[in-house]
Order: sequence, then structure tokens, then C-alpha cells
Amino acid sequence: MTKPLSSPRRLPSSRGDGTFRAIVIGLSVVIILVFVLSVLLLARDSVPALQHFGLGFLTRTAWNPVTGNFGAAPMIAGTLVTSFAALIISVPLALASAIFVAEYAPKWLAGPVSYLVELLAAVPSVVYGLWALFALKPLIQAFQLSLYTRFPDLATRCSELHANNQNSFSCFFFPEAPVGLGLALAIIILTIMILPYTASVARDVIRLVPGDQREAMYALGATKWEVIRLAILPYARAGITGGVILALGRALGETLAVAMVIGNVPEFAKTIWGNTATMSSMIALQFGDAQATLHRSSIITLGLLLFVVSVIVNYGARLLIARLTPKGIQ
Amino acid sequence: MQATRSGERSLSAGRRGVNAGMAVIITLGTLLVIAPLLWIIIYLVTQGISSLNLDFFTRTPAPEGETGGGWLNAIVGSLIMLAIAAAVGVTVGVAGGVFLAEFPRHRLMPTVRMVSDVLAGIPAIVVGLVIYSLVVLHTGFSGFAGGLALGLLMIPIVVRTTEEVLKLVPLAVREAGMALGLPQWRVIVSIVLPAATSGIITGVMLALARVAGEAAPLLFTAFGNNLLNFNPGKAMSALPLQIYIGATSSYDENQRLAKAGSLLLILLILIASLLARAASRRR
Repeated sequence: MTKPLSSPRRLPSSRGDGTFRAIVIGLSVVIILVFVLSVLLLARDSVPALQHFGLGFLTRTAWNPVTGNFGAAPMIAGTLVTSFAALIISVPLALASAIFVAEYAPKWLAGPVSYLVELLAAVPSVVYGLWALFALKPLIQAFQLSLYTRFPDLATRCSELHANNQNSFSCFFFPEAPVGLGLALAIIILTIMILPYTASVARDVIRLVPGDQREAMYALGATKWEVIRLAILPYARAGITGGVILALGRALGETLAVAMVIGNVPEFAKTIWGNTATMSSMIALQFGDAQATLHRSSIITLGLLLFVVSVIVNYGARLLIARLTPKGIQ
Repeated sequence: MQATRSGERSLSAGRRGVNAGMAVIITLGTLLVIAPLLWIIIYLVTQGISSLNLDFFTRTPAPEGETGGGWLNAIVGSLIMLAIAAAVGVTVGVAGGVFLAEFPRHRLMPTVRMVSDVLAGIPAIVVGLVIYSLVVLHTGFSGFAGGLALGLLMIPIVVRTTEEVLKLVPLAVREAGMALGLPQWRVIVSIVLPAATSGIITGVMLALARVAGEAAPLLFTAFGNNLLNFNPGKAMSALPLQIYIGATSSYDENQRLAKAGSLLLILLILIASLLARAASRRR
């Protein structure tokens, strides 16, 4: 910049370029800093809990703020069970809607339907929670009550078993009490919430399947369903898998809707209807009240765990989608 | 392929049956996907519309157990925190997008791209935890901390949309600028960014609509406040936060207002997303 004679015409422009670059790159580095800082802060605040309980924190089942005894196992189980159950239910539904929009619907219908599916992703978590609490919970309660009146023998047997902390296959599906809240309601609401993520990725990759693939199958005399099953779905499989993993990432971190309906008891659920907690629901509900260092640190360790898992899951999903969508390579 | 060759005559009816059956299943599945959305909208309209009156917009919540009142505090809080979030999210997000689109060969580029993609998937509640130890521990609960948390959540969305629209600006436009002797930064600031403005605004609108509904990161950053508060240095409420508090409250009055608040929030998000769609279609 101090050589005006050698390149007089480049001087003002290159100085502006330098400043502009510095601003743009500086602000972009902020993004990296946010990430690094998050990891460092969460790790630092997790130290007391990890020091006290060791890695056994992950497998311990107790969670008692009064006695200062903390373990993450019930919350890890709650997160995994709700997320995977929601995933299993939502994938076929999401695929159905994606196939419908891409292959079956006439043009005038495809647009509105995919718009509605995308709006499902725009509904805030708390609104899902409110709806679940006021509209779905009474229905679940009524259903649970009808189980009691329809199967009185099972009700007596299961209440004895549950009182003794035992279980059996049939009692696993029988509610302990007709409270409505619990695992089942959380799974239903999560299913609805993650549907649009799988659906929109699946729709996009199905649309990327080249037309000749379809035409070749039709030319062989295949029916529409055969074309979808044998030509389209295999071709789009990797991209769809990416969408499913993305939805899994959403499900793992979903907080308030689940916190509002799962009951938030830091224990394993005894039945499919039972009350339990997820990592994120526990953070949401206990962090504000956590006074003791160990309690607070245990909650932040749940946050760190959630952070690490989301990074891995999302990175994996993005890799899959990025590698497979551009030109639909195999 | 296997199914097409075995027994033409007998299978043909079966295949036709399967084909028709799957068409029905797929259509029913799609209806099942859309049904909850319609149900939610109908539920909120029927339950919330009567409470979405003048009081709702002009009064603050009545003391616990009393009837009446509105959510002016939450509306004001949402607006202030969204403004703070936009300031953070747009500054960093647009810069990140410009970086990814205009300096693709920079050695930091792959890292910025990866980190911003990964940030998009970090649960909002975890962002709340981070802002708690970064800001709240030192300065207490504040609208500023809440806005910052929402701003961080906006960044990845704004980065991605900005990058995408910048890449849509034809190379010829840049070359024309260069040919006039403009330095690179002038080309970007005066030619490329203005050409991409409507797309960037679309991205910002979508990001705002997204974080406008987030309550989880506000639980222990903005914390909530039943009084009308214009000072972002103090605890502040927001629509989604107040919905959460109201919906889980045992008072009918809070629940009633939570339904009206949900309806308002949904309407705002619908309008924002429709505007964003309209803007991107016009482009």
C-alpha cells in the first residue's frame, strides 16, 4: 500500500478490496467462533458433573436434585425412543406425500399440497405443544379410559404388576393411569413435527430422478407403482436417507412440544403410555431452577451430549444429501 | 423387474390391483400428513379468534387469577428481540453468504460452509444454554440475550439463502462491472448485492419467521416479564414464550390468551412465508 509510484491506479481499489475482504472474512470467522465458543462453554460447564460421576453419568439411572445424584440414562433413552419411534412412523407417511406430490398429483394440486406440507415445518414447537395439550390429550385420555372399561381384568392385573415394578408384554401397552400425557403423545407430536423434513427432501430427490428411468420402465410395461418401486425409489434412496437423518436430527433436539406432553419424570417409562423425559425437555424444565453446581452441570452435560449428537447427525445427513443430489449419481 | 415376467395372465390382474391399492394408500397417507395442519388451524381459529380482540393488543396480562388483560408485553418483546436478532443474523449471515459465494477459493471457505451447515442443526435449547453462560451469567436475563440467541439461530438460514441467490447473479454482470474498472468490492456492493436484494430479503423473512416461533432459547435468556418493557437490558417476554407459560398454566385465563397468542403467531408466520414466496416468485 506504500508504493504509489509502482502501481498508482491500483491503489484506491486494492485498499477498498482489502477492507471489504477483512470485514466479510472477519464476520464469517464469527460463525466459526460461535461454534468453537459453544463447544468450549458447554465442555467447561460439564466438567463438574463429569468429574463427579465420570462417564458413568451416561449410564446411571438416578436423577435426584435433593440428594445430588444425577445420571442421564433415562433421558438418553427417552430421547432415543421418542425420536426413533417418530421416525419409523413418519417415514412411510412422508414418502407417501412426496410420491403423491411428485408422481400422482395433477399440477394444480401438487403445488398447494407441497406448500401445506412445508407449512407443517413452520408451525412453532410451542403451538404444537399447546394443540397437543388441549386437543390431543383429552382424546388420548378418553382412549385410555376406554381400555380400562373394555379390559377390566387386564386393568387389575397390570395395576398389580406396575405397583410391583414388574411388566409383561400386554401390560406394556396398558396405561398405568388415564392421564393422557406421556410417551405415546410425545411420539405422536414428534411424528407430525418431523414429517415435513423427510417429505420435502424426498420430494426433491424424487423429482431429480431422470425421466428416461421412468420411461424405460413404462416401455417394459410396468405399472405406475412398479415404476415407483423399482425405478424411482432405488434411485432416490440415498437422498431420501439423508432427509430421514435430517429429520432424526430435528427429533433429537425438539424441545418444548415434547416437554409439554411427555410428563417430564426423569425415569424410564414403564409402558408405552408412561411418563418419562428427554434430554432437551429436562434442560428446558430444570435449568432455570437448578441452583446447585452439580445439578446445573449435569443439565449442561445433557446439552453437550445433545450438541455433539446433533453435529454428527446433521453433518452426516448433509454429506449424504450433498453427495447425492447434484446430478443424482447412483 | 422380477414381478414383470412371472405368469402374465394371472399376475396382470394382481399387478393392476397392487397398483390401484398403492395409489389409494399414497393418497390416504398424504391426507394423513396434511390433516394435522388443517386441524391445528381450525382449532386455533375456533378457540382463539374471540380472544384476539383490542384488549389483547393494548393491555398487559392481568394478575394471576383475575380475568381480562392482553399480551401487549409479549408483542412488544417479540418485536424488539426480533429486531436485535435481525441485526445480528443479517450482518453475520449476509457476510457469511458473500464470503461463501465470492471467495470460494479462500482456505477458510470449507470450514465456514461446514460450520454454518452444522449450526443449522444445533437444537435451539442448546443455543439458549450457550447464551446463558456467555451473557446471562454476567448481565442477568435480558431481551438482548434473547435477541442474540435468536440471531444466532438466524445465521445459518441467512448464510445459505444469501449464498444461493448470489450465485444466481450471472457472471456477465460481474464481468461488466470489472470491465468498467470497478474494484471487486465495488462490484459486489454496488452491483451483485443489489441484484440479489429481493432474494436475500426472502431469506431474511424466512429466517425471521422461523425464529419468531422459538420459545426454547428464550426460557433462560429473555426469561419473560408480565410488564410492558421497552428496555432490552431487562427481562422481556415474547409471543412464543408467553404461549408456553400460558399453555402450561393452570389458569383458564392464561390458557385462553395462549390460544389467541398461538393464532396470532401462526397468522404472522403464514403472512411472512407467503410474502417471502411472493417475493421469490417475482424475482
